[in-house]
Amino acid sequence: MTVIILLAVIGIIVAGGFLLGFIWAVRNGQYDDMYSPSVRILFDESKKKDSASVVTSDEEKTEENKIDQNHFLTN
Amino acid sequence: MGTPCIHCGEDCGSQPVLWNEKAFCCHGCSTVYQILNKSQLEKYYEIQPMAGIKLEKTVNNQKFAFLDNEEIAEKLLTFSDSGICVVNLYIPTIHCASCIWLLENLHTLHSGVNQSLVNFPAKTVSITFNNGEITLRQLVELLASIHYVPEINLAKLDKKETHSNRTLLIKIGIAGFSFMNVMLYKFPEYLPGGDQLGSLFTGFFGVMSFILALPVMFYSANDYYLSAFKGLKHKIINIDLPITLGIFTLFIQSTYEIATLQGIGYMDSLIGLVFFLLIGKWYQSKTYQALSFERDYKSYFPVAVTLVSGSGEQSIPLNKLEKGHRILIRNQELIPADATLLSGVAKIDYSFVTGESIPVPKKIGEMIYAGGRQSGSSIELEVIHQVEQSYLTQLWNQDKGFGKPDSSLGSIINKVSEYFTIIILAIGVTAGIYWLFYNPSLALYAFTSVLIIACPCALALTVPFTFGSTMRVFGRAGFYIKNTEVIENLSKINTIVFDKTGTITLNKSMDIRFVGNNLSGEDLLKIKFLASHSSHPLSTCIKESIAGDQRFEISDYQEIPSMGISGIVNGTRINLGSKKFITGKVDDAPNTSNVYCFINHHVAGYFSIANSYRPGLEAVIRELSKSHALYLLSGDNDSEKNNLGPLFGNDEYLRFNQSPQDKMSFIKQLKSTGKKVLMVGDGLNDAGALMESSVGLTIADDIYSFSPACDGIVESKQFERLPSFFGFSKLAIRIVILSFIISFLYNLVGLFFAVQGLLSPIIAAILMPISSVTVVTFATFSIRLMAKRYKL
Repeated sequence: MTVIILLAVIGIIVAGGFLLGFIWAVRNGQYDDMYSPSVRILFDESKKKDSASVVTSDEEKTEENKIDQNHFLTN
Repeated sequence: MGTPCIHCGEDCGSQPVLWNEKAFCCHGCSTVYQILNKSQLEKYYEIQPMAGIKLEKTVNNQKFAFLDNEEIAEKLLTFSDSGICVVNLYIPTIHCASCIWLLENLHTLHSGVNQSLVNFPAKTVSITFNNGEITLRQLVELLASIHYVPEINLAKLDKKETHSNRTLLIKIGIAGFSFMNVMLYKFPEYLPGGDQLGSLFTGFFGVMSFILALPVMFYSANDYYLSAFKGLKHKIINIDLPITLGIFTLFIQSTYEIATLQGIGYMDSLIGLVFFLLIGKWYQSKTYQALSFERDYKSYFPVAVTLVSGSGEQSIPLNKLEKGHRILIRNQELIPADATLLSGVAKIDYSFVTGESIPVPKKIGEMIYAGGRQSGSSIELEVIHQVEQSYLTQLWNQDKGFGKPDSSLGSIINKVSEYFTIIILAIGVTAGIYWLFYNPSLALYAFTSVLIIACPCALALTVPFTFGSTMRVFGRAGFYIKNTEVIENLSKINTIVFDKTGTITLNKSMDIRFVGNNLSGEDLLKIKFLASHSSHPLSTCIKESIAGDQRFEISDYQEIPSMGISGIVNGTRINLGSKKFITGKVDDAPNTSNVYCFINHHVAGYFSIANSYRPGLEAVIRELSKSHALYLLSGDNDSEKNNLGPLFGNDEYLRFNQSPQDKMSFIKQLKSTGKKVLMVGDGLNDAGALMESSVGLTIADDIYSFSPACDGIVESKQFERLPSFFGFSKLAIRIVILSFIISFLYNLVGLFFAVQGLLSPIIAAILMPISSVTVVTFATFSIRLMAKRYKL
């Protein structure tokens, strides 16, 4: 029966992973706008290459990435 | 009805603008279509047909010149580095899926745009662009060219985004996570034979529960402690005090049981309690993101103004504007400070200030108050007061210091919880003392049991769910309130004060009647054609009131200032104008707007132009007067006194020629006699009164356009429903009281066990969720049901 303890620990680790995922999503701003993404997903037109993959509102980060890429290219 | 415009869907009339065999109502719409067509963005019209926005007024090409000013541009940008900039723009006209699609495809229109992202509920678009390829001004002008004109004002510049909603969500997430897990650990104890669990399991589950409870205790629930503490500091017992007491008792009791290996105590109930409470808070905190209730003059005034100096024109930020500066105000621009007119033809539209839509002409040298909008050609002004010291802004700032008193102090929930806390403590102490004499080992247990079981979870959930549902019902019906406290304040109202112009009268449409001889249809069309040559507001009114469209020959057209217009239309001399101009007699009723008409060699009569009242006004007033004292305040003269007197019952309830300051002091005076005053207004001149009143409501044709600071915005179409809204708020209070009674009944059952020292975790674990669920379902369902009955 002591195996239940192991199961409980595994359970809490898995659930904790989901909790962390949730906190990340909230911090990321995914819950700030609950409406627009539901409309956006129906637009089937292909967008500009790099913008299609970015649907979060965390522009700062994507911008940093872009700048990094630019540095990489110029170097 | 002719063909609808491909772009905006409006009637194209008899002479549509044609482009590529497609019909448009105006050149503006056609231009947007051409821009989109060129970039192969016609899909815009497929997602939602005729989704386009029609601009009533053309955008001046200098309107966004201030964005070239680096200081202003820098404030607007949320991010800027190595030429890459991010700007967040508020575009109130965003309204459909097509808008989202087009705004997110901005990069097709200009390669300088990297990415754009729409937040639909907030009506904002966040644009990432390359500063080297497109400047902020060009970007904004690009948006304006496709008729998505961003609204940029001072308040937006100073405001920083807040993320309080995110914190609440994280708190709920953590509480939910702990709740589910602790419930699993606790479950074996509830089963038959649960007391036979070995000490290994009891100890393990106990420690795990304790660890999981820590973040809930010290993070998720900390708002309640803070609020209870704040209340105590102000010598007020609020609902959060018994909650805090309950939470801490639960925690200490359970920790003791875990430490002594007796089980895991009430940890599941504790965490569940916090979880439910937070859900209630989240439900209540729904706000209308795109609406703003806290506007001051900053959100109304422009960001920059054009300064005229020896070296030419330059645009400066508004806060740099000083006394003595010469400024240039173009068509449709706002006058930001009290000033005197230096040159140009000034026709000032004070509709945002007074609700009066007919522009007021001003003479050179005359003083012009801040807040008006110039219509017509450009004018030059000399500033005589700084922005902050102008008449209207001063009135607005007066109340900034104290604002509305914290209305939550006297709220029903706090009154109840005050008695509740005292009674519960009394019962607990009595039970403790009783057991001290009969069985001392049970004394402390009985006391803590009372605090635990009485923890007012159901009580605390009543208000969020009842008022939260009411707020949603109101929102669906076109009545948007700032927060749920407004509902309670609304239910206490016994006096209602109306503003006249724009509030009970219609803003745009005029009631125009022709008094005199019957005119033939052709004569009317001739009059219309003559009137269409003048830009005088009264001419425009007459022009719009006559149906049909026909062109005539016109000669000898003259416009005589402050007299009238004259011309020969198809050989017939027609004069339109003041009584003096047409009949030669002195005007004996200078307060009315009558336009006399001379046609076919005689004076045919006059057009009487009056404000038309909102449809259903009479019914609304009659309904409201049953239960409220009604007053009317108007900045206008008393020309409408005879119409309104019978409606409001007596002339003493009507006050005319009221300045904004008068309105405010009138409300103050009513309040000092102990009345709960509701002010219904619409313009800036009501701002002071709205702030002073217990509840201030504004009536708006377009809820996203500017309205003064208030507690609620009513769509003008819903004006007739005002009595229903007020009645419904009273009903919501009754439902709250009923829910209180239900939760007290549950508490009585719990107390029955607690005072006997018989409370076990299982009773708490059953009673608490059941009482909460009952109360929440009762509250939400009865509100829904009643909303149907009230047809809201």
